[in-house]
Amino acid sequence: MTSDDGSRRDPAAPTTGRPEGDTELSRAVPPHQARVAEASVQADVTAEVAVLSKPTAVGFVVPAMGLIGVFMLFPALWALYLGLTNFRLTGSAALNPEFVGLDNFTATFDDPLFGNSVRITLIFVAFSGVVGQMGLGFILAWLFRRWRGWVRRVIEVLVIISWIIPASVVAFLWRAFLNGDEGTLNALIPGDASTEWLLRQPLLAIIVFNVWRGTAFSMLLFDAALNTIPPSHLETAKLSGASTFQTLRDVVLPSVRGHILTTLLLVSMWTFNLFTPFLLTGGGPNFQTEVLAIYVYRIAFGQGEFGFGAAVSAIMLLINLVIALVYFRVLRERRAA
Amino acid sequence: MSVDPAVRVDESDPMGTVRALLGRVGIYVFAVLAGAFFAVPMLWLVFAPFDPAPALNVQLPEFTLDNFQRVFDNPRAARSLVNSVFLSVTATVLVVIAAAFAGYALSRVRIPGRNLLLYLLMLFSSAISGTATMVPTFLLIFELGLINSYTGVILVLTGGMLPTALFIIKDFMDSVPRSYEESAQVAGASSVQILRDLVVPVVRPGLAVIAVWALVNIWGDFLTPFILLRSPDLYPAAVVIFNFYDEVGRPDLNLVSAFALLYSIPVVLMYLFVNARYGFRFHGGIKR
Repeated sequence: MTSDDGSRRDPAAPTTGRPEGDTELSRAVPPHQARVAEASVQADVTAEVAVLSKPTAVGFVVPAMGLIGVFMLFPALWALYLGLTNFRLTGSAALNPEFVGLDNFTATFDDPLFGNSVRITLIFVAFSGVVGQMGLGFILAWLFRRWRGWVRRVIEVLVIISWIIPASVVAFLWRAFLNGDEGTLNALIPGDASTEWLLRQPLLAIIVFNVWRGTAFSMLLFDAALNTIPPSHLETAKLSGASTFQTLRDVVLPSVRGHILTTLLLVSMWTFNLFTPFLLTGGGPNFQTEVLAIYVYRIAFGQGEFGFGAAVSAIMLLINLVIALVYFRVLRERRAA
Repeated sequence: MSVDPAVRVDESDPMGTVRALLGRVGIYVFAVLAGAFFAVPMLWLVFAPFDPAPALNVQLPEFTLDNFQRVFDNPRAARSLVNSVFLSVTATVLVVIAAAFAGYALSRVRIPGRNLLLYLLMLFSSAISGTATMVPTFLLIFELGLINSYTGVILVLTGGMLPTALFIIKDFMDSVPRSYEESAQVAGASSVQILRDLVVPVVRPGLAVIAVWALVNIWGDFLTPFILLRSPDLYPAAVVIFNFYDEVGRPDLNLVSAFALLYSIPVVLMYLFVNARYGFRFHGGIKR
């Protein structure tokens, strides 16, 4: 668990970035997710001379693999197993957890709050991740395409800073912004507004909050993607009198379809795993913002039902795995194309 | 500032001129609104820390630095910043060292099944998120007796950061020609010497990238210390910030606002530094 919300690949990584218009850019995907194709190409070149003896090489690899294996892979596998037990931290089930088979998994369907959480998570992913972050990110990248100068730079810095400051701080910023009595948002609304946004429109609030928080990532990715379009294609479109919409549809979209798809998968997966809304709403009021990550937290740490919590974790992991498989497949096809 | 040439005014076509003009105005309006959307929530962090009586609204303060004094006078606040520094520096050093060794070996040696191993590692490390594994991770650390210790937090954070760091640094090492290493080996240098004296200096930018990346992520991480630590004295800044209350149980905004600013400054500075020095760009991602 690393980043602000516990999602390992939260975009808040400054290794990523805005290519300043040069050609070497668009290495636009969060780091490690994209190497497969190269790995196979380079392997054979490596074979010729052994700079490292095999035992030494193994010794070099073991510490890293050990840490990854024990503290990342093992917990994930254990989640699958624990999900099949009635493990609790206290009481008799703590001493002798019993094997309950798929009971936990079927029990999820009986808990209306699980269904509620799935529904909220889907809405959250669709509107904050896909529509909000990707939509706004694409528009900004498109507008900034040939726009130099300080206005662009200021907006970009603002977008990126909102992405990298610690989530705990962001939570306070948004509590202040959305506060009913004194919040800045109500002050900006004409009239005597005093809406308690976090109580009245909690889901909308965390959606807008997450758009604010994460748009930078999509913007940077799309910016890199748009740079892959040969300028001559856009010139041709312009000379032939194509409207912006036509240009986007006929020239831009076909060229960056692969990028859009990979961004979609990454953004969906990350948003799906986000715990950050907890810092803003704690999942409430009345479970209205309880996305799956918060649901797991409440079931396991709030109610002590670790077996059930692990089962829901396992479901999340499997969904992640499916998305990741599709992602790497799309990535390979995009490379091949 | 030049605007998208697509909306450049074309004199020969009056209707087109009007449309282009409207388009240009529209772009500016949108840009300003988007800028405001990102800027306005941030204003609180700029003003409130200097306000003698900060509320949740944004107001130009009567300037004071007392709030910062309160942060330094509050033992828990000051200590949590030290805790954050300790946690993120220790875990980052571990990540960089372990990734450098493993990245080098994986870049140079052909072990049977290496590509499959790399693919699986990449696949699983993408699919396994810290939030989805919070339950088993907590139980693992519990069974190891490491709850409420930095060891547990550091190990979990390191394990979580390593795959990404490993792939980034391997990428850098793949691009280093190995002819020098071969000569050095002939001259009798050990593998560790070769790595330390020949490879590390060349891939220093890559090491800087993973160090900054790990540092910023761990610095901001909330969930790991939140579930693995119990004593407030051990909390890093990300967690402790939610524990500042005044006598009536409301968040103590004097303390919170100044603390939030102090806690944010390092990552913002690091971003500005990286941006100025290297250009803020993606590493290790898609190669076309």
